[in-house]
Amino acid sequence: MRDMKGDTITNVRIAGLGGMGVLKAALVLGELLFEEGYDVKKAEVHGMSQRGGSISSDIRFGKKVLSPMIPFGEINYLLSLQPEWSDVHKAALAPGGIVISPGDFDVSKLRSSKAVNVAALGVLSRHLDIPELRWLETLKKFFAEKLHEANEEAFLLGRNGK
Amino acid sequence: MPNKIRKLLSGNEAMALAAYHSGCALGAGYPGTPSTEILEAFSTLGGYAEWAPNEKVAAEVALGAAFGESSALVTMKHVGFNVAQDLFFTASYSGVQGALVIVVADDPGMASSQNEQDTRSLALAGGLPVLEPSDSQEAYDFVKLAFELSRKWSIPFVIRTTTRIAHSNTVVEFNPEAAPLPQSNFTRDVASRVMVPGHAKPAHKRLRAKFSEMLDWNEKFGPNKAIESSDKSLCIISSGVAFQHALEAAPGAAFFKVGFSNPLPVEKIAAFAADYERCVVVEEGDPYMTTLLRAAGVKAEKRDEKWRFGELNVDIVKAQIAGDLSYEMPVFKARPPQLCQSCPHTFSFKPLVELGCIVAGDIGCYTLAAMKPISGMDMQICMGASIGLGLGLRKVLPEEQARKVVSVIGDSTFFHSGIPGLVEMVYNPPKTGHLVVVVDNSTTAMTGQQENPGTGRRLDRSPAKVVSIEAVAKAIGVDDVQVFNPVRDGEKIKKFISEKLSGNGLALVVLRQPCILAAANLAKLKQGGR
Repeated sequence: MRDMKGDTITNVRIAGLGGMGVLKAALVLGELLFEEGYDVKKAEVHGMSQRGGSISSDIRFGKKVLSPMIPFGEINYLLSLQPEWSDVHKAALAPGGIVISPGDFDVSKLRSSKAVNVAALGVLSRHLDIPELRWLETLKKFFAEKLHEANEEAFLLGRNGK
Repeated sequence: MPNKIRKLLSGNEAMALAAYHSGCALGAGYPGTPSTEILEAFSTLGGYAEWAPNEKVAAEVALGAAFGESSALVTMKHVGFNVAQDLFFTASYSGVQGALVIVVADDPGMASSQNEQDTRSLALAGGLPVLEPSDSQEAYDFVKLAFELSRKWSIPFVIRTTTRIAHSNTVVEFNPEAAPLPQSNFTRDVASRVMVPGHAKPAHKRLRAKFSEMLDWNEKFGPNKAIESSDKSLCIISSGVAFQHALEAAPGAAFFKVGFSNPLPVEKIAAFAADYERCVVVEEGDPYMTTLLRAAGVKAEKRDEKWRFGELNVDIVKAQIAGDLSYEMPVFKARPPQLCQSCPHTFSFKPLVELGCIVAGDIGCYTLAAMKPISGMDMQICMGASIGLGLGLRKVLPEEQARKVVSVIGDSTFFHSGIPGLVEMVYNPPKTGHLVVVVDNSTTAMTGQQENPGTGRRLDRSPAKVVSIEAVAKAIGVDDVQVFNPVRDGEKIKKFISEKLSGNGLALVVLRQPCILAAANLAKLKQGGR
């Protein structure tokens, strides 16, 4: 479990390809951390990404965050949603930094391959000291009602392992 | 007094909220990354917002509203600022009777642009005051302040943001009370608003007198921040998101953070910097402050050209402060953007490639057709340029080559600035004629499917009259105007283009098939969603 107290800044990068839900996952994580009382900054570049290009979003949180972009070598958690393209960010991991990828859960158990982003958040949730209910509540805020059940399943698949 | 609310907002959302809370009666703009979401958010909040055909028209509409004593907002990306510049360089003379706030979003590093110009340099030339927020809180506060200052000095105010302000979410605390819309009214003031030489000469002097007053105010009360340090070895002058990077890169240094950067509070900065051994200016884009400070004799270090290019971050700022010119930022191998599978544009370019055309292209998703595997575009400079570029080539090339030249332009770009090119084509036709291909996917796809004059819907998706591209072309006097479906009519299109290339007439062909991403969203819209 990550030490989230004191002046420590925690850095999460979510990376993948446009259309995979990188930005949506970042939105959920940023809002959850903000509601949990952290100072949060979330940075991303979008505009051309919906056309399948590489995309990533940085989420930094702690007592006081300055730059919205994670310095090189300071990523604590890398959510690599499309390892073929997003594993390149491993080079920027902090010592002891953790990589979370679709290999961490049984993708075939997902109702939709679109939920990989939510399942990856489930894996991340094992490392962050935030109650499970708060994750599930925040997820609901950002998705249409018809997806709530499938998302909860995807999240729990990531959170509880294979 | 209601309690303050805290939210995690993007800079764009924060600016929309500030406009809404400032009693802004009208927001106009043209979509452009990273500025697009401001007007969309303003509309969602309940403000009146519209997409104009281009940035200059948007600016005209907003200035008109400000002439009517209202508060108006106009938004655009940095290259859109160029399009609107003809208006702004004289609106600074005429001033406003209400308030006009111009948000211009720069794209250092060119995530989605054709150049990386610095809005501050243009605003300096045009006599427009500039505020530079460094996070979403300041994006909110500075837009509110800009509305107040614009009214106070009767001058349009520019907010310069960059990608990492526009598209980063940070915490914003605000008072949820919206100011009422100021009463609109027209009062005749010909000397201020009719910019003939006799009126413009005193107006130019009034502008400079306002600048002198604003400078005095900025030196004393401006939204700038000095952070002293007991360590006297280094002070950093910075603005915008570069300030956040610098604060993280050099935690022990002293800082002067500039919020109001034109007119620059040079004397205050000079007095601050005098206490420190080194003075480094950390700024994204042009050496704007560096040059002004050095010209005024402030002992700021000359900035190496290395730091002009691209986006800054903590690592780059560390290298700049250390003077490490050997620093190279690690580059992550990235998959480039590409046209969607079965995108209508992939079909539209096929006949052009097969016929060996010389393609003068334009700006939109279809610019991606210049890359492999399509390799179907030979030039692209700015919005609307495809038609003029093609005509110029047709006029000088040997006939065999001239006959291969085709201009390709999208629907939104056609309305933006393609129409004057078409007038040029009819007025000054090349001997071999010319062919314009409008790739009409019925949306402004590149920036995220915004509406345009051809879609039949306004910014808020309410119904609008459709401006017909083919009717416009016929009215201008183009000889042959045809409409095809690029997905279904491949062979017919090839035959038509081939005929037109060998003839000497003027033709325009619309290849119309909606964007596949927009089509899905449209279906949702029809079911009653937004």
